Amino acid sequence: MIGFIVRRLAQALVVMAAIALISFLMFRYVGDPVAVMAREDASVTERQELREKLGLDRPVVVQFVDFIGRVVQGDLGISYRNQRPVADLIKERLPATLELVMMATLLSLAIGIPLGVITAVNRTGWLPTLVQSVSLVGISVPTFVTGIMLILVFAVTLRWLPSFGRGDTVQIGWWTTGLLTISGLKALILPSLTLALYQMTLIMRLVRAEMIEVLSSDYVRFARARGLPARMIHYKLALKNALMPVITITGMQIGGLIAFAVVTETVFQWPGLGLLFIQAVSFADVPVMAAYLLLVGLLFVVLNALVDIAYLVLDPRLRTRAS
Amino acid sequence: MPSTRASTDPRLVVEGLSVRYRPGAAPAVDGVDITAAAGEIVAIVGESGAGKSSIGAALLDLVDKPGTWHAARATLDGEPIDYRARHTRGRDVSVIFQDPQTALNPLFTVAEQLIQMVGYHEGLSGRAALARAVEMLEAVGIPDPAQRVHQYPHQFSGGMRQRVVIALALACNPRLVIADEPTSALDVSVRGQILDLIAALARERGTAVLLITHDMAAVSRIADTVTVMKAGRVVETAPTEALLNDPQAPYSKMLIAAVPPGDRKIGRFAIPPRDDVAAPAIVAGADLDAWLRAHAGPSVGETVLAVEGVDKIFQLTPGLFGRGRKLFQALDDVSLTVRRGEAFGLVGESGSGKSTLAKIVAGLQTPTKGRVVFGPHALHPASREVEIRDYRRGLQMVFQDPFSSLNRRMRVGEAVAEPIRTAGIDDRHKMRAIVAALFERVGLPAASIDRHPHAFSGGQRQRIALARALAGRPRLLICDEPTSALDVSIQAELLNLLMDLKDDLGLAMLFITHDLPVVRQVADRIGVLERGVLVETGETDTVFDHPAAPYTMKLIDELPHRHMATQGPTP
Repeated sequence: MIGFIVRRLAQALVVMAAIALISFLMFRYVGDPVAVMAREDASVTERQELREKLGLDRPVVVQFVDFIGRVVQGDLGISYRNQRPVADLIKERLPATLELVMMATLLSLAIGIPLGVITAVNRTGWLPTLVQSVSLVGISVPTFVTGIMLILVFAVTLRWLPSFGRGDTVQIGWWTTGLLTISGLKALILPSLTLALYQMTLIMRLVRAEMIEVLSSDYVRFARARGLPARMIHYKLALKNALMPVITITGMQIGGLIAFAVVTETVFQWPGLGLLFIQAVSFADVPVMAAYLLLVGLLFVVLNALVDIAYLVLDPRLRTRAS
Repeated sequence: MPSTRASTDPRLVVEGLSVRYRPGAAPAVDGVDITAAAGEIVAIVGESGAGKSSIGAALLDLVDKPGTWHAARATLDGEPIDYRARHTRGRDVSVIFQDPQTALNPLFTVAEQLIQMVGYHEGLSGRAALARAVEMLEAVGIPDPAQRVHQYPHQFSGGMRQRVVIALALACNPRLVIADEPTSALDVSVRGQILDLIAALARERGTAVLLITHDMAAVSRIADTVTVMKAGRVVETAPTEALLNDPQAPYSKMLIAAVPPGDRKIGRFAIPPRDDVAAPAIVAGADLDAWLRAHAGPSVGETVLAVEGVDKIFQLTPGLFGRGRKLFQALDDVSLTVRRGEAFGLVGESGSGKSTLAKIVAGLQTPTKGRVVFGPHALHPASREVEIRDYRRGLQMVFQDPFSSLNRRMRVGEAVAEPIRTAGIDDRHKMRAIVAALFERVGLPAASIDRHPHAFSGGQRQRIALARALAGRPRLLICDEPTSALDVSIQAELLNLLMDLKDDLGLAMLFITHDLPVVRQVADRIGVLERGVLVETGETDTVFDHPAAPYTMKLIDELPHRHMATQGPTP
């Protein structure tokens, strides 16, 4: 098991190095930083001095090692657009996105898994049919439509929930959280629901398909024949077997949600990473884009490793093979 | 014997049991009566589709919807079985499943699964539940139960897993256990032990057992009473010894006559032809004969195939830079010959290397070391391309699974015609005539050549596979467990056909099986493989009657002989 984790970590490091290289290359090929930073009327010598000051005259390999060294220390450069350290910008925005995505994931698991089990166990009847057809809507309607519809109903018409922003936040160290105030929680409901809807239907359909297969397996029939109660068979014995692919998909989806929560964040004016990224793209703010690439890469690598470890924890067969 | 144990109130009484899988459809089980005393083992035998598994499903109330079942009476110790009560299944009626590879939940330890049982049905928890789990494992003969109880199913071997399944089934001391083919997914060498275990536990605990099986060896080993079923009805019920040695009903006679005896060679099986198979005919005339005999090869008695000192080593894990590489020697210095007109039987347990050898002979795998010589050519070490093609043409295979070995989208006639077309016959009429004649030769109506495989039963498909093999005019026919997926009466017919073809055409045959009684009937000489080593070869009767290798003795000892009398059944 430990050997496996070490090997997995080594793989993760290789992937991260590759991502860092791409991120580093962005600086070199997406525009010339000297041209961006120097004054319009700077002379050739001034430009050369700036180039030397920034270390751009040194060999590429040295520059790359230097870049990695800085990244590891948390120095992600200075944003071209607002001349502030990129690390600070990300620190400000990351909590908002993470809270949104975690809430969305919790919602989608808490609703998607039981619905998947219920629709797998009772395949006929009005409830499963209804859930199945509603889930079809959930999977096919784009996020911005559901977001705007939710705003229309709950914010504009009923006036129950705010339509934008994070509400009141509390500062804990560098982390700003909206989870500790009523208005923060209220503000979280609509965007997380919007973000969760697609994932929820995905998980529901996945659990349903897996459960149907598991329910027809010999060990479930054997458990039934030994008189074990249906609730235990469905929610304990069978569900555990059906969850393996759900873990993979959830892991991948969390990464995707963080990286591409852009649409939801835009609809709800949510001050998260997505907004930061969109702004960076429109201003060709290379340090922010490069840092964003690194961050998203890191998230995917970490989530993937966690998924693999979760597999090991859940499936004893893999455990024996890995050791 | 049941008479010595019979009490006034039989443990299980079932009267007028019927099962229907669709409303209005013909019943799968039709008015069946069963009685079993405490500790009695009642075998329910019959061929696929006879309804024997449906009886088990009904008595567990697990007939899949929209199926229904009904019984005029179903009582345990005189009380009706109440399926609405929470603990009926598990505590009154339980079941031993067929395949231990799939019957155990892979994500829970054996302890967890046993504790779930006794926790729910008997309210045990904590130490008491664990103690019960360990006690059960000990009762089913698992060594070191206190440690092994915490292992997961995949950490047990096949036979041990089936012991775990039995422990789960008996954990709450049910009064009735349904054992549905409890050994047919197991290796031959452990079947006997598992059957003996079921019998011992049943007797010790007074559990009535319904042994649902098509395996007469299992029946003769442990059953007290046998009920023979055909098409949902009981044909005959009798004490085991009486039924095996002196069956009364015509169908039982046929069924018993089709069982290959392990202790002697009977040659052809004395079974009447069935309705769905025409008697093999040699009516085809000149076309087929000319076709089949054109490649006659050497004369009868000459060596067709020689395997000389063949080794096969598999690399199990790829291993970085050669470190941690695991090697597995599947075959170790195997030498044998097969002569024209002779069937060579290759026997051994699963994992003994018999299928690997078949693949090497067929040219599908290369040996690590050694020579394979077939007719004038050597396949290994490699010959020229042309020779290898010629080699392959002289050799045909019949595979084990009749369902996956035929292309579903191809008409069966076309499948059989393929080897004829590759041999250069373009004339459609001539080709169809040969195919039709081949079909009749293997006992299928010539008119059926334009149908697709799904229209045929398992036995018929195996005949088609045989026709396809014959169309290639083989000098050597490799049969890899050709009958192990078939019912016993169909197996007998197919074996009769194979023996006839071998004699008529002077075929050389390499017959691979784990089934000793079958090989005794079919093979002239046999070789016994034990973990890749050919431990014994010789004339079939000599090897069976005077085995030399300890492994052969062990295999032959496992054969059933408790109830089977020395004189043959009287058909």
